[in-house]
Amino acid sequence: MIQEMTTCCVEDLGLIDYKQAYILQKQHVAEVLNGGPQTFLLCEHPAVLTLGRLADEKNMLIDEKELVKQGIGIHHIDRGGDITLHAPGQLVIYPILDLGNFGKDLRRYLHRLEQVAIDLLGDFDIVASRFSGQTGVWTGGKKIASVGIGVRKWIAFHGLAVNVNTDLNLFSMIKPCGLDVEMTSIAGMKKRTVQMAEVKEKMTNHFCRNFRLECVKD
Amino acid sequence: MEHVILPALGEGIEKAKVACWHASIGDQVAVDTDIVELVTDKAIFNVSAEASGILREICVGEGREAKIGEVLAVIEPR
Repeated sequence: MIQEMTTCCVEDLGLIDYKQAYILQKQHVAEVLNGGPQTFLLCEHPAVLTLGRLADEKNMLIDEKELVKQGIGIHHIDRGGDITLHAPGQLVIYPILDLGNFGKDLRRYLHRLEQVAIDLLGDFDIVASRFSGQTGVWTGGKKIASVGIGVRKWIAFHGLAVNVNTDLNLFSMIKPCGLDVEMTSIAGMKKRTVQMAEVKEKMTNHFCRNFRLECVKD
Repeated sequence: MEHVILPALGEGIEKAKVACWHASIGDQVAVDTDIVELVTDKAIFNVSAEASGILREICVGEGREAKIGEVLAVIEPR
């Protein structure tokens, strides 16, 4: 259903506070609604927990006071999915896309986001795939990438998080996505640290190719 | 009366769960403002009012599922 190639502005936000990035996303959604350019945001967040609209707080396995003590934020947000964790070393992408250009199909959009992660991981010789009945991307029975989106007037926000060099111990604070699941990362699979700049570049390329977008760097 | 309908959300998606209403019965709602959020798969989908007016009826409460094409609410245009 993808039509002719459209452009998309790529913006690397670096390490950015979750709420600040959320505000930026909403600004970009408003811009797209007003005929502005679609945008592809890449970033990392300081450690933060986010709960989707129908999240079960039982999936947070740590006391809120303990979170405050550790300086870890918590946000209830307007995306699908349960609880998740963001932390440095995890690459998060927020494509602000007009799904009107992509067939107005939520499931197909989520699949395409997962494909971006699968292709990225392939560059590191990690064989990853979808897991029947679950969203996200998995390798060797462990989850390596999570998806969750919000849509307003067919403009998508939120997106995809891939563990690159994430401290996997942090996931012990939650039951990720409400599942009894072990998380992994590119570094965990390759037994070495990976350069985030390299991952960002590969991620941008796979995103543009999968969505047939001409990506323009700011 | 203006019916707020759950639009088609994509192939294979037959229903969505109402996550939360942003307006209550009797509220004045403006055209294009989001009035209800629905969840399906890993997506939140906002449905907005297609007319300004008074929200007269909420047909699917929070936590309940709606089928594609189902009337979610009724707005009396003003």
